Amino acid sequence: MKFGVIIFPGSNCDHDAHWTLQQVARQPVTFLWHESHDLEGCDAVIVPGGFAFGDYLRTGAIAKFSPVMESVRRFADGGGLVLGICNGFQILCESGLLPGALLRNTGLKYVCKPVQVRVENVATPFTNACSQGEVLTIPIGHMEGNYFCDPATLDQLHRENRVVFRYSTEGGEISASANPNGSLDNIAGICSAGGNVVGMMPHPERASEPALGGVDGMKIFDSMVGAMAGR
Amino acid sequence: MTPAFSAEIIRQHGLTSGEYEKIKQLLGDREPTLTELGIFSVMWSEHCSYKSSRVHLKRLPTRSKRVLQGPGENAGIIDIGDGWACAFKIESHNHPSFIEPFQGATTGVGGILRDIFTMGARPVAVMDSLRFGPITSATTKHGAPDAFVRGQEGNGDVRTNASAATQADIHRNHSILEGVVGGVASYGNCFGVPNLGGETKFEPCYSGNPLVNAFAMGLVRKDEIFYARAAGEGNPVIYVGAKTGRDGIHGATMASEEFSEASEAKRPNVQVGDPFLEKLLLEACLEAMQTGAIVGIQDMGAAGLTCSTCEMGARGGVGVEIELDRVPQRETGMSAYEIMLSESQERMLLVAEKGREHEVFRVFEKWGLDAVEVGTVTAGNKLRVLHHGEVVAEISNQALTDDAPVYKRPLARWEPPVPREMPEHVRFSSDNDFTESLKQLLASPNICGKRWVWQQYDHMVQTNTVEAPGAGDAGVIRIKNPNADSPQRGLAMALDGNGRWCYLDSRLGAMHAVAEAARKVACSGATPVGATNCLNFGNPEKPHIMWQFSQTIDGITKACEELEIPITGGNVSFYNETLGEGIYPTPVLGVVGMLDDVSKAVKMYFAAPGRTIVLLRAGEAADITDVESEFGSSEYAKEILGALWGYPPELDLEKEAALQKAVIELIQQGLVDSVHDCSDGGLAVALPEKAFAKGVGARVNLALNGLPAEFALFGEDASRIMLSCDPANVSRIQQIAEEHGIGADVLGETIPERLEISLDGHVVVSAAVADLHQAYESALESSLRTDTELVSAD
Repeated sequence: MKFGVIIFPGSNCDHDAHWTLQQVARQPVTFLWHESHDLEGCDAVIVPGGFAFGDYLRTGAIAKFSPVMESVRRFADGGGLVLGICNGFQILCESGLLPGALLRNTGLKYVCKPVQVRVENVATPFTNACSQGEVLTIPIGHMEGNYFCDPATLDQLHRENRVVFRYSTEGGEISASANPNGSLDNIAGICSAGGNVVGMMPHPERASEPALGGVDGMKIFDSMVGAMAGR
Repeated sequence: MTPAFSAEIIRQHGLTSGEYEKIKQLLGDREPTLTELGIFSVMWSEHCSYKSSRVHLKRLPTRSKRVLQGPGENAGIIDIGDGWACAFKIESHNHPSFIEPFQGATTGVGGILRDIFTMGARPVAVMDSLRFGPITSATTKHGAPDAFVRGQEGNGDVRTNASAATQADIHRNHSILEGVVGGVASYGNCFGVPNLGGETKFEPCYSGNPLVNAFAMGLVRKDEIFYARAAGEGNPVIYVGAKTGRDGIHGATMASEEFSEASEAKRPNVQVGDPFLEKLLLEACLEAMQTGAIVGIQDMGAAGLTCSTCEMGARGGVGVEIELDRVPQRETGMSAYEIMLSESQERMLLVAEKGREHEVFRVFEKWGLDAVEVGTVTAGNKLRVLHHGEVVAEISNQALTDDAPVYKRPLARWEPPVPREMPEHVRFSSDNDFTESLKQLLASPNICGKRWVWQQYDHMVQTNTVEAPGAGDAGVIRIKNPNADSPQRGLAMALDGNGRWCYLDSRLGAMHAVAEAARKVACSGATPVGATNCLNFGNPEKPHIMWQFSQTIDGITKACEELEIPITGGNVSFYNETLGEGIYPTPVLGVVGMLDDVSKAVKMYFAAPGRTIVLLRAGEAADITDVESEFGSSEYAKEILGALWGYPPELDLEKEAALQKAVIELIQQGLVDSVHDCSDGGLAVALPEKAFAKGVGARVNLALNGLPAEFALFGEDASRIMLSCDPANVSRIQQIAEEHGIGADVLGETIPERLEISLDGHVVVSAAVADLHQAYESALESSLRTDTELVSAD
C-alpha cells in the first residue's frame, strides 16, 4: 500500500501529509511532481493543501491543467482512492472530479481554527473508522471554503449520501453558528459517485498527533489504510 | 567624467554636502555618475548604513557559546544541538506600511523570510509586533481623561490624550490595521509558514507612524549554513527569482526620512509582494544549495542589486562585475540607475562554482524561475557595473560599506513632559466592586483578545505548532524528529515591547522588554538562548531622540548581560516621525528559547477546577511612594484614569533571572499545569486570561499591604508569574522557589465558571468567566465593526 502526495508549485501542506503518512500512519509514501504523468504505482493519492500556482486566477484553476491531474483523473475513474484536502478539494472541484465549487468565505477573511465536523457517511474508504454521526475536531485554514453547488446537484449529493462531513457544534448539531465559512448546508466534505474520491476543507494531517492538540484527523488516514488492506 | 550635481539633486538623494565631498574623495577626486550617486545614496542611507546607530550598537552583547553567527549577516544563528541550528531575526517595515498598509506589510514579511532562507534555513515560524494609533474614542468610567489632560495642557503634551483622536484618525487607523493584518496574513499563509502571534498595541503616537515589525525563524543543519559572501575569482554571479521593475526605487532612502503631507506621493516607492513567487524561490534555493555548487548567496532586499553586489564582495574581500543588460527586466527602457536601485521583491543573488552553473540553472528551471548569469567575481575589491557594455559605476566595496559615514550624533538628556509623581487630582474609586473596571480593562485595545488578528493567520501549517497564539505566553513549535525513541525537541519564541514605558524611562523600559520577552519564553518551560531586536525611534538628528536611543541600548545591554541572552542581530528604524511628531521610543525584543522535550511545555490556561493557584514573585511590596509613581505607567492609569505619570515598574534583573530559572525548573519537573506571565493589567487581568480557554475560573484572595485596592489588583509590578498546580505539589514548589530566592504565595484555587477576587477577605470582583470572556473577546472586532457603520452613515 503506497501513498502519493502531489506537489504543485505553491503546495504547502505536502510535507505535512507526507510526514503524517510516513511517521504517524507508518505507510510507504512518495511525492509526485505535478509535471509527471507517472503515479509511481501508488494505491492512494493525496492532493494536499496550499496555494497551487498562488491560487491566482481562481483556486485550483491553473492546477487542473497540470499533467499529473490527467493521471489522477484516470486513476480515480478506475476506482483509485483520491483525497483532496483544502486546496486539494478546490483543485478536485475545478478538475471536475467532484461537483460544485468553493467560494470565498462569507466573512471575507482567511480563517484558521479548529472546527467540529459531523461524519455523515461512514461507508466511504475515508470514514470507515468513524461511527455514524461522530463529531471530529479538525482544524481549517482557508479563505475559500464556502461550498456551493446548484440545487439539483445538492439534491443529488444528499440523495446519493455523498455529503461526508458537515460543520456542526460539539454536540453534533448542524447550525449556522457552527458554519465557519457560509458553506451550503454546512458541507465540509463530499465524495464522488463511486465514493473513492473525497474532498474536504478541514486538514486531518493537522490533527493527527497528540503534540498538535488532537488526533481525530488520524481516523481519515486509518480509514484509508483499512480500506486498502481490505481490497 | 560627469559634471557636478546641483545641491538640489544631492539633497534629493538624502546626502549632505559633506557626504558628497566624501564620495568624491573615495572615488579618487572625481564626480560620481548619476548611477553612482544613486548607489551611494541608498548604501549610505540610515536604513542600510546604520550611520547614526552603529557607534551605540557596538555595546550590545553578541556572544555566547551557542552563537554561530552574530550581527552582520542576513540573520543571527544559534546552535541548538543535535546538529541543528536556528536562524532568526526581526525587522521593521514601518514606513511602507503607513503609505500602503497591505503591500507594506506583505513585503515586510517577505523580506524577513528571505533573510532566513538565504542562510540555508527553512522558515518554520513567523511572529509580528504591530503598533497602531487609537481605534476607539476613549470613554472612561470616571470621565477622567478630559479633566486630567486639561490639567496637563500647560506642558504641551497631548499624546496621552486618547480622546484627542478624531473620527478621521480612528477611521484611518482602522484601515491601516485591516491592511497590515491582511497583508501579513496574505503573505505568510500563501508562503506556508505558521504565524505564532506576537503583539498588537495601540497608542496615539502611532497614528501617523504605525510600527510593523516582522520576526522569522528558520531551521538549518549546522554544517549546511550559507553565507552572503562572494569568493573565487572567475566564479559566475547569478541572478535568480523575480524580474526587476521600477518598483521600490529609493525605498531605503524613504525609510530614512521623516514623513510629511507629501508622503502620499511616495506610494510608488513601496514594493509589491508576491508570496507565491517567494515560495518557489524558497524551494528552489534550498534545493540548489543541496547541489553543493553555490558559494555564497544574498537576498535582494533594501537597495536591491546594489546592496547585494557590494556587500557580498565586501564580505568576501573580492570584486564583483555585472552587466545590467543581462538582468531580467519586466519593463522596457530601464536605466542603469533604476535597475541598480529597484527594490523589486523575491530576488536573490548568488555566486556559483565555475563550471557547475548548470546544476543551479536546472533547479531554478524546474521551479519555473529566472536564473541568469549577470556577472563574475573579480580580483580586487571593486563593484563594477556595466550597462550596454559601458562602465556606469565603479566603486570600491569598502567605500559603500565600511567607509560609509558613521556619526556620533549629539545626545541631549530628556525628560518626558509628564509628572513623575502621582498628580493630586487623581482620585481612586471608593467603590468596593471592581468588576466593571476589570471588564472595561479586559475590553481595552491593548489588553483585549486579538483573535480577530491571529485567526486570519495560518498558525498550524507545517504541523509543528504546539502552542498557538492564545495558548501560551510564547509560541512553541516542535522540531520534527523521525526517531520515535528520543523526545521531540522544541523552540519557543516571544516578542515584547512597551513604548509607553520607554517614553517614561528608555533604559528601564528597554530592560523590561528584554526581561518580559525572556519571561514569556521561560513561562512555556523553555530556556532563553538568544535575542533579536527591532529599534523603532524618531529622528536621530534630534539630540533627545539620540539620547533615548542610547539609553535604550544601555538598557538592552544590561538586561541581556544579566539574563545571559546574546543579541544576534536585528534592525534599526529611525525617522518614525510625521510632521515633526515622533513615536514613543519603541524597542521590540524577540527572544528564542529551547526545550529538550517539547511535551513538557505548559500552556497558560487553567485546565481544571480544584487546583491551587500560586504567584511566583521576585520582589517584595514596595513603599507607597514608589507604588504610586509606578502605577502611572499602567494600563489601568491609561484606560480607566486616562492619565500617564511616573515611571515604569522597578526591575531587579538578578531576581528576574532567578525567577525565570525557578519557573523553568518547576515546569521541567512537571510540578505545574499552567503558567502565565503577569503583565499588562496586573493580577486582576492575568487571572481571567488564564480562565478563558477552558472556562475554568478562580477564587483568590490578595493581600492589600495597606495600599489602595487598585494597586493590588491592577498594579504591574515586574517579575511575577502566576501558575496552577496539584495542591499536593505546593510545598515542593515553595521549596524550589525558596532555593532560587523567589517568593511563592498561594493565592487561591481554581473553581468552575466563576472568577472571584477578594482583597484581605472582602470580595471585590465577582463575575461569570463567560461574561468577562465576552467583553475580552468581542472588543476588537466590535470596535472595527462600528467603523463600518460609521462609514456607511457618511
